[in-house]
Amino acid sequence: MSTYFNTLLFGIYPYIAIVTMILGSILRYDQNPYSWKADSSQLLSRKGLRWGSNLFHVGILLLFFGHLVGLLTPHWAYDPFISAGDKQMVAMVAGGIFGSMSLVGMIILIWRRVGNTRIRATTKPMDMAILLILFVQMLLGLATIPFSAQHPDGSSMIALASWAQSIVTFQPGAAQFIAGEDIVFKLHIFLGLTIFLLFPFTRLVHMFSVPLKYVLRSGYQVVRKRG
Amino acid sequence: MTIRAQIAMVLNLDKCIGCHTCSVTCKNVWTSRSGVEYAWFNNVETKPGVGYPRNWEDQEEWNGGWELSKSGKLKPKAGGKLNILSKLFANPDLPEIDDYYEPFTYEYDHLQSAKESETVPTARMHSALTGEKMEKPQWAPNWEEILGGEFKKRSKDYNFEDVEKSIYGEFENTFMMYLPRLCEHCLNPSCVASCPSGAIYKREEDGVVLIDQDKCRGWRMCVSGCPYKKIYFNWQSGKSEKCTLCYPRLEAGEPTVCSETCVGRIRYLGVLLYDSDQIKQAASQEDEKDLYQAQCDLFLDPNDPDVIKRARADGVPDSWIEGAQKSPIYKMAIEWKIAFPLHPEYRTLPMVWYVPPLSPIQSAVESGLLGEPGVLPDVKDLRIPVKYLANLLTAGDEAPVVSALERMMGMRAFMRARSVEGYDDPEILKSINMTEEELTDMYKLLAIANYEDRFVIPTNHREYSGETPFDQDIAFATRSECGFSFGNGCHGGEPESTNLFGTPTHKNTMSGKPRDSHEKF
Repeated sequence: MSTYFNTLLFGIYPYIAIVTMILGSILRYDQNPYSWKADSSQLLSRKGLRWGSNLFHVGILLLFFGHLVGLLTPHWAYDPFISAGDKQMVAMVAGGIFGSMSLVGMIILIWRRVGNTRIRATTKPMDMAILLILFVQMLLGLATIPFSAQHPDGSSMIALASWAQSIVTFQPGAAQFIAGEDIVFKLHIFLGLTIFLLFPFTRLVHMFSVPLKYVLRSGYQVVRKRG
Repeated sequence: MTIRAQIAMVLNLDKCIGCHTCSVTCKNVWTSRSGVEYAWFNNVETKPGVGYPRNWEDQEEWNGGWELSKSGKLKPKAGGKLNILSKLFANPDLPEIDDYYEPFTYEYDHLQSAKESETVPTARMHSALTGEKMEKPQWAPNWEEILGGEFKKRSKDYNFEDVEKSIYGEFENTFMMYLPRLCEHCLNPSCVASCPSGAIYKREEDGVVLIDQDKCRGWRMCVSGCPYKKIYFNWQSGKSEKCTLCYPRLEAGEPTVCSETCVGRIRYLGVLLYDSDQIKQAASQEDEKDLYQAQCDLFLDPNDPDVIKRARADGVPDSWIEGAQKSPIYKMAIEWKIAFPLHPEYRTLPMVWYVPPLSPIQSAVESGLLGEPGVLPDVKDLRIPVKYLANLLTAGDEAPVVSALERMMGMRAFMRARSVEGYDDPEILKSINMTEEELTDMYKLLAIANYEDRFVIPTNHREYSGETPFDQDIAFATRSECGFSFGNGCHGGEPESTNLFGTPTHKNTMSGKPRDSHEKF
């Protein structure tokens, strides 16, 4: 891949995607709050949801935090405790387990969305698109595991983490870190960034509304004053 | 003590003729949109029956309402906060649309657009969800209308608990009554408690429970949390909706649409003052049978000078205190004790109360009671078993229901004697423990039921949202605004045209033009 495209896709595109996600989400929250929702279809059919939705959500949440911590923790911060190779092994095993969980969940959810006429009728094009994108992304993510295994010293992982850390700290030349990585990693990263880009235009926005405040609510009741 | 005011409702079931006018007018105003075709903020069920959605009263099935934990602490029956959050991905207690019914439309359009044919064109039934033809409806908000269906199925009615029900399947012993149902605008609402987003709230000034459509994220915990199943998930917008007690009308001093249009004049609206600090304590009674009385004890005497003073200090406007003094609800619920909350055992402290219905006297001739002036027949001889009514209204405690039925029968007997025989029977007054003044007042409210007596609704005082009308912008800011919208500020709800943030999948098919089932995403 030419340096130009490498820089475009992994040096510039990340910023386009992240800015779109942030500004798009703010715009949607501000201008169209009525559209901000989890968009559950459980009322129309509960079949398959208990396994499908739980497996998918639990798996993907753990994967998300795994990526977050794994990619953004600087090397020096974990070096005294765990070697890069061992850390990569943890990532491969955990990622493999949670990825498979999520994949099974997603297969059930796709089967439900396509196979159930009621759900299909209430599916927006973007619902289907994002579900399939996530599915492909999950397959790509799982496909990286054997490639990681070829570098038991963790060098791939360090390269990817350096890339991510350079991006979020606005370092020039971030794209160089992954110029030499396998195509599976690149595809996985590109699609991941695309999910960021599409984020505000999909039902994924409900992620921002995780109701953690509920736990902090004093008592159970909510009373609003006049006005 | 903190005094708050609430607009409460009483429905006099003794006069309900089951005409569904309330349901129809409510539907026309509030739920004639795509996504809520199946939702009836007000529906009328025939009892005994399992109702709509099927078997809604049985909280062993749905886990709605509250329960006391082993340590005596009040918590949602579905579980504490973490427990509720753990159900976000798939809510095991959520009804499915078939528990209500699959929404449908008749293809009326075909009647006008069909080409010439040998047979008369028909308007087939089409699913509003998929657009496919449907053979027949399977359930509805009044499916068991006038005892439709087999007794075996209807007798699964939760209110038959401790009633020897087999005899009521026999033609000679059969009984029925209507039960119009709407949101109870509870003092201790479990929908509010189970909403993780904090989108559902109770209005401090009039007690109306509303869902903020802009804050609702569609986690759907309220749908299962409400034991009355009066929160409906809009499958098109992905948000929950509920009865608003027609608050835009209430604010202007007008009754709700269901009350306004009730042809039997069975509905009453008025103010109750209550002590909001005691809500939790009242809902935490150990014995379910004490819940009714505990709720009555929450309500304060609006003529008590101390209460008036305190209410003023807590910001209740004078017109609301005056409204509370004239409240038909206070009279029926507290003074005469003829109205009762629906299923107090759910511990939500509901605020839509019911006057139990009288019913024909069973085997009246055999028991030799007819034609004996001055003697009230035993309420045990009424066709509707008292235990059944008690299960519905007082968590099974028969005494209050018996007393109410006796007072209603006594009122009839007294007024009959007065108008037919020109004789005021003091025996009757004594037997039901009422004064003549009370009884005639009750007669006026129940039998004559003038509009201005039924609806005593003080207007909303926006200006009270601040210390004075001038240090609060709200009254001025809200002037000339849209009175009601489905989120997105003054815009409509979902956009009709293409929109970056999602376009609706369904058009409103209540026009009689079914969705094309070949429409694909």
